[in-house]
Order: sequence, then C-alpha cells, then structure tokens
Amino acid sequence: MYIIIALVALVFIVLTGVVISRLQGVLKSINKTDSDEIETSGNKFNGAMFIVTLLLGAVTITWSYLHAREFFLPEASSVHGRRTDDLFWFSMGILTIPFILVNFLVFFFAWKYQHKKNHRATFYPENHKLELIWTIIPAIVMALLVFTGWKAWSDITAEAPRDAEVIEITGKQFNWIARYGGVDNNKLGDYNYKLIDAQNEVGIDLSDENSFDDFTNPSEMHIPVGRPVLLKIRARDVLHSVFIPHMRVKMDAVPGMPTKFWFVPDKTTADMRAETGNPKFDYEIACTEVCGQGHFSMKMRLIVDDEATYKKWVSEQATFLSTYPEYLAKVPENLKAKAMKYVPAEAAAPKADSSATAAGGAGASSSLR
Amino acid sequence: MSAIEGLETAHHHADEHDHHHEAQSFWQKYVFCEDHKVIAKQYLITGILWAVIGITMSVIFRIQLGLPDSNLSWLKPVLGGWISDAGKLDPNFYLALVTMHGTIMVFFVLTAGLSGTFSNFLIPLQVGARDMASGFMNMLSYWFFFLASVIMFASLFLQQGPAAGGWVIYPPLSALPQAHPGSGMGMTLWLASMAFFIVSQLLGGINYITTVINLRTRGMSFDRLPLTIWSFLITAVLGLISFPVLLSSVLLLIFDRHFGTSFYLSDIYINGEALPNVGGSPILFQHLFWFLGHPEVYIVLLPALGITSEVIATNSRKPIFGYRAMIASMLGIAFLAFIVWAHHMFVTGMNPFLGSVFMFLTLIIAVPSAVKGFNYITTLWKGNIVFTPGMLFSIGLVSLFVSGGLTGIILGNSALDIQLHDTYFVVAHFHLVMGAASAFGLFAGVYHWFPKMFGRMMNTSLGQAHFWMTFLGIYMVFIPMHYVGIAGFPRRYYQFTSYDFTHKFMDMNMFISIAAIFTFLAQFIFLWNFFYSIFKGRKAPQNPWRSNTLEWTAPIVPGHGNWEGEIPAVYRWSYDYSKPGAKEDFIPQNIPYSQTPESNFPHENELIATEKVIESQNFNDQFKTHH
Repeated sequence: MYIIIALVALVFIVLTGVVISRLQGVLKSINKTDSDEIETSGNKFNGAMFIVTLLLGAVTITWSYLHAREFFLPEASSVHGRRTDDLFWFSMGILTIPFILVNFLVFFFAWKYQHKKNHRATFYPENHKLELIWTIIPAIVMALLVFTGWKAWSDITAEAPRDAEVIEITGKQFNWIARYGGVDNNKLGDYNYKLIDAQNEVGIDLSDENSFDDFTNPSEMHIPVGRPVLLKIRARDVLHSVFIPHMRVKMDAVPGMPTKFWFVPDKTTADMRAETGNPKFDYEIACTEVCGQGHFSMKMRLIVDDEATYKKWVSEQATFLSTYPEYLAKVPENLKAKAMKYVPAEAAAPKADSSATAAGGAGASSSLR
Repeated sequence: MSAIEGLETAHHHADEHDHHHEAQSFWQKYVFCEDHKVIAKQYLITGILWAVIGITMSVIFRIQLGLPDSNLSWLKPVLGGWISDAGKLDPNFYLALVTMHGTIMVFFVLTAGLSGTFSNFLIPLQVGARDMASGFMNMLSYWFFFLASVIMFASLFLQQGPAAGGWVIYPPLSALPQAHPGSGMGMTLWLASMAFFIVSQLLGGINYITTVINLRTRGMSFDRLPLTIWSFLITAVLGLISFPVLLSSVLLLIFDRHFGTSFYLSDIYINGEALPNVGGSPILFQHLFWFLGHPEVYIVLLPALGITSEVIATNSRKPIFGYRAMIASMLGIAFLAFIVWAHHMFVTGMNPFLGSVFMFLTLIIAVPSAVKGFNYITTLWKGNIVFTPGMLFSIGLVSLFVSGGLTGIILGNSALDIQLHDTYFVVAHFHLVMGAASAFGLFAGVYHWFPKMFGRMMNTSLGQAHFWMTFLGIYMVFIPMHYVGIAGFPRRYYQFTSYDFTHKFMDMNMFISIAAIFTFLAQFIFLWNFFYSIFKGRKAPQNPWRSNTLEWTAPIVPGHGNWEGEIPAVYRWSYDYSKPGAKEDFIPQNIPYSQTPESNFPHENELIATEKVIESQNFNDQFKTHH
C-alpha cells in the first residue's frame, strides 16, 4: 500500500516539476519582449487546461460515481426512509443539470474566449431579460423542491400514531440505554435525573406505578416490524444524537429537553440478512453529535423482530425491580403491593441499605456543588 | 469614551506628521501602525501563518482517517504525548485537532485573514481616501486580533489540549470540564480568545462602514463603487449585527462554566453526580451560535465574491455583467443570511413547523446565488480573458461556489437533512462552498493586489501551477467526500472501525487523504512565491493588470495618505472595459467623460456637465482639513 502512495506522490512531484519548468521557460521568453501590452504568459496552456479539466472531470466523476454507488445510502428499511431516498435522488438529479451546465460554461468560456491579440471583448454590461430568466427559473425549481420536501418533512414529523410502540432511548457517555414500557402495561414510568445512580442508570421514578414493570437494556434494542415505533429520546450528560442509518432516523438527544422520532420499520433483521446475503448483518444505532472521547464508538445493536418474536422477547425480559429488588424501598407504601408483583419473592423481604446510602450520597454531593 | 479620546490623540499624531514630516520609528511604522496598508499586511501575514497551522492540523487528522494503520511516531517530536507509544493519535487530541482546524480556518484565516486584509487594504484605496476613518481604532482592531491569536495559540500547548467540542462548541460538552479534557482550560482560553476576536471584528467593521459611507472621494457615488467595496460594506454590516450575538452566547457560556448559572444546562448527571442546574437549554446556545454562525458563512464568502467580481471583470476585459443585479443579490443574500440559521438545527428537536419555515427561507438563498453565478459566466462570455493567477483563482471560485452551493439545496431540505445531517456530505458541502471558495477569493486577491501591496510582481508561472494543483486537489478531496457522506459516514469520528455500516470506502478515504496531502504540499509553492516575491519579485509597473479602479492611480508603493497631492476625482463606474470606440480597452475611473468623447454613450455625454461640480468638491480629504 505504501508503495502505491509513494508512487502516486512521486508522479505528482515529477508532474509539478515539469509544469513549473515549462512555464518558467514560457515566462522567460515573454519577459524579453518588454512592452506596454498586457502580459499573457501561459495563456494557451491554461486555456487548454480548462478543456482538459472539463473532459477529465466528466470522465472521473462519472467513473467514481459508478464505482462508489454500491455503498450509497444503504438499503432503506423504513417507510419514510424510502420516501426521503427517492426525494434525495430526485433532487440530486435536478441539481446535476445546473452542476454540469455551469461548470461546462465556465470552463468552456474560459478556453473559448482566452486572450487574442488585437481582439476586443464585447462591451455587454447588462440585460434585464436575462437576469429575470435566471431569477425566475431557479425560483420555480426551488418552489418545487421546497414543496416536495415540506410534504415529506411534515409527514415524518407529524404526531406518532396512537398504537405506536413507545421505547425510550437515553444517551450517555458513551453508550445508549433503551427502556421499555414494560412486560405488562406498555407505559413508560416517570423519570427524574436526580434519581440516577449506578444501577438506576436512566433515573426511573419508582413512585410512579407505571415504572414497576419497566425494563432497560444497555446493549441492544428490539423493535417490532411493520408498525410505528416511537423513540422517546433523552440525554443524561451532554448532547448526543440517535442515528439509525438504515432507518433514516436521526434526532438529537438533549439533556433537559426530551425529543422524539417515530418511524415504521418494514424489514426485519432476518429479512435484511437474506436480502444482503450477509448472515452477520445487523442494524446499528450510532451517535452523530460529538460527545467526547468515545463518540466514535457509541454503538447499540438494533434488532427488528416480527411481531410474535418481539412479543415473546418483551415478555421474557427481567424488569428493573426484579433485577434490583432493593429499589422496592423507594416505592411509596400504598403502591408496594402492586410493585411486589414484579419482584422475585425471595428478594422482597430483606431491605436494601446500599441503595439508600447510594441515593443519599448522590444527594449530598449535588447539594455540595 | 476611551476610544474617542484615542481617536483624538490619533488625529494629533496625524497633525504632527503632516507638519513636521518626522521619520517614524520602527514601532510606529511596522508594529503599532495606524496606516491601513500596513495593518492589512499585518492581517495578511498573520492569516497566512494561521492557515499553515490550520491546514497542517487537517493533514494530521486526514492521515488518521485515511491511513489509519500508519505509524505516527515521527510526529512525536511535535505532538509529544498526543501520539501513543504505538504511534497512534490520541482520540481526545483528534477531536481537538478537528475543533481547532475549524476555529482557525473559519475565524482566524477566512474572517480576519480575508476580510481583514482586503477591507483594510482596498477600502481607502478604492474609494479614494487618505486612510480609514479612524486609524487608531483600526490599529486596535488588529492588536485585539493579535491578542486573540496569542491566546488561541497558547491553548495549543496546554497539557490537557485545546478546546475539543467541535468548532461550534455546543454545551453541555463545552460547559462541563468533567465531560472532556478539552472542556477545561482549553475551552476557557477558546472563549477568552473569541471574545477578543469579536471585539477586533467590531472595531474593524465600524471603521469599514464609516469609511465607505463618509470618505468616498469626489464623484464616487454608491453606484460607482467597485463591487469589492460593496461586498466589504455588506460584510461589515453582517458582522456588526451578528458578532455581538456570538459574544453574548460566549459570555453566557462563561457564566455557566464559572459562575454556576444555568443558561444552557439542565437535568445533567455526570461522573456519578447529578448537577443542580435546571431550567437551561442547550438549544438556546445553538440558536445564538448559529445566529452568528450562518451570517458568518457569508462574512467569509462575500468578500471573496467581491474580489472575484473585480478580478473577473478586469481580466475578461469586460464590464461585470449586471452590476446592479450583483449588488441586489448581495443585499438579498445578506438579508436572508439572518433568517436561515435554524437550518443547522433541523434535527435538534426544534419544533418541526419551525423546520418548515427555515427550509423555505433557506432554499430562497439559492436564487440570488444563482444570479451571481450566471452573471459571472456572462461576464466571461465573449471576453478577452487573460489567465493571470488571480483570474484563474476567480474562475475556480465560480466553479467551486456553484458546485458546493448546489448540495446546500439538498441539505437545506429538512426531510433530506435527517439522513445527511452531521455526515461527511455536510463536510464536503461547506468546504467547497465556504472553505475552498473563500480561500480561492483570498488567493485571487493576493495575486491581484500583490503589486500594489509590495510594489513587486509575484511569479505568474508559479501562480498558475499553484492554481491547477490546488483546484484539482480540492475537487479530488471533496467530490469523493460527498460519496462517503451519502453512505452515511458521520463526521468527527476518530475512526470508522466500530460500525458495520462504516466498514467500507477504506480506499476512498485513503484517496481523499492523499489528495489532501497533495493539495497541502501545493500550497508551499504559494508560500515560496509570496515571500520570495516580497523581496526579490520583479518590480511592478503602475497598473499591471490595466485596471480601472482608483488604487492603480496611486504611486506604485503608496505612502502615508496614499496619493501625492490631490486625491483623484471619480467620473465613471469602474467597469468601462473594452468600451466601443475607446482607444484602450480600459478607461480608469478618474478619466472624465469630457476626455473620451469617442466612446461616450448619449446619456454619458449629458454627465459631462456635472464634472465641474465634482471637481470643485473637496470635502473628504483628511489632509486638507488639517492644513
């Protein structure tokens, strides 16, 4: 690999040398004819270079585009994703026209109208009709793009359907934590950042009965295929941003300001494995708002299940309370009976002192600040 | 108050000089100088030094991204502990490099280096003034910039590293020293440096505006101003309105960091501790930041476009096409620049309706930009083009401006921004349209006005070689970078090994890095040409490009006060190139219509009557009032 780089570098250096020495020669001969005339050294060469660049650019951009195409926009796996993909390529298609037109004209005119002795440029200071034409045409095209974009945007950002599967995702340095509404009631419990500690990583508020059956997962998120999924997005420390490339989902996670994004995944992980022919394929969640040292590896696995598998997976998860029964101490007396349902029988009896001291410690340190 | 006092003492100074013509000391002449030409050179040289630092940083992180297996031990003598024993770049330092590259290039090179140099140099010379309205404020402006530079430079040597939260320094990351090493002393110095930088910009901006409005010479009406001056004027207004907002956002961030306020902080649990701050909003900072941040794009770009207008017209030997449309489109762009800032924030959780509004406003900017693009092309049409290095860079600018601007239409579309936000597509977009295009404006300006600055010519052949390598290099870097972005690669990633979806394009990233190194090396041609020509360049003739604007009527190396004797009066616009009937293919602005009956249009013959009035005016010569 290094040999290739060295070779390329060598070629560049040699080319540089050739160009400079040739131009130097041209300059010297010009200098001799000292006159009042405008200095036009290297005009022919530069004019030709514009045409060379134009042709070379057309060839290499086309070739590199075809070469790189296989990796563009990975196969969209959500309903709105395919829509924005279409819109993207539609817009790109339209924009390619002015891209080619303008660059062609700039380079071609530069070559065509290069300095000729005893030639006069055309005095042509203005033309209102032309100005009007190239004001109105871009305006119309923009109106079209705004309209299509606005329709897609307002559909994507509309309120989530009522039957959406609600999942909370919280960003912290440097991983994501998913929280589910629970094995039974499918409602997320309240939270409060002051309740966060080493176990209760997202600050579940156990005085809310909806939180008794909540469960969390710090390494993977499962979602059902074919129906809306609403992500409720939070951050614990600094800004993060949920990015699910295959779902065309991106939304910042902001401390103190919950955000949301809903989408309809329509390909299960298994579907995609079959489609891509890659048995190891996995959806991934990444972070796209710089958040510190580990920003580049804030990865969470996303698994899209069919409905039955998803239901089964949810029902098998251990609730937060069953994992950490000592948090029963935080449940208000009148709701204890309800909470006991989610706590394994043997763990319910002994009172956990550790959590109380941990919470007290956190409170003390925050009040110190 | 002190500024006014300073202003008065400055006038006293000027008085003394005129009366006694005493020799200035070295300090007065080259260091604490109030002459706009020296200040411009100070800005230029400082900007070039910063550019070397900023671009070198980008090469280091491009090596990390494109050649991740390379052993960087050879950088240990410079970077020391930031290179691990295994020869790997420290991930924290990677973020610091990205941050400092952005900060340096945007503010110190393309704002101070470009606008500072050419606004200072060209405004008095092209409007026909002895100097800036306030030479003292102008000097202060540079030295505040210098102070900001020293502080920012010092932060590079901190043990914990300089600021590292991205050049946009979003809190809470930038507000919490415990969140990242770069948010400690490095960020403190960043904020202090930027505060001084903003003061410098405001002092400069007020001066530019005042000079253009008040010190135009006889006959230099607004519709005879060269487009360069229009662009500098509009740029200064943009800066004057938007930089104070950045200053306030910076101050609030300083309060949050040091005085326990909660403007930007709320509900934060970090390092095992729940912070007491509630009620603040990180989004507030983003609104304030981008209220500057977006006009900043045009603060950087408009001077480049102004320079290009002048250089293209001169070297096409044609009047700029659509002079009034060019001014109108600049005004349109400047106005719109203030009401599009939230397109940087489509996916921050901002109300989606606001997103729709900002998408609409953003895409409107394409219209005045398109007008500018087409006007440049029409100016080339049927020209008689001389490929001076300045002209090449101007033509290159038009290509880069349009190519980079077009992808902005994609990103300004909020629905498409969902996928592309914070990916390399964005990086490629703004580097073309704002970074490279503005840098090309800077190069065009340096090549074009070097003879006026130093009285010598730069080497044309080296300039042309420099252009071709830079131009091709820039496209080789940023076209493939669009591909990487479309594939979804997020920016500010230390490496791409953590995800399956970034396990591709290894060769593409390597190509980008090699092209970047190549482009970087090409800049040494410029550096050599620049510094060599200052001392050893061919002596410049009076008007090397046969240009119309006033600066070429001044002595080859203008002294204090720019013109010996009277300041020339202006009788026509600055774009009378290749006028039918004229003897030469250019008629400078100071030639009255009465001297060119062969080329006058009927309405211009009528203007001959006004020439007497113009000649008899003399209210703007600062020297006259004192004598």
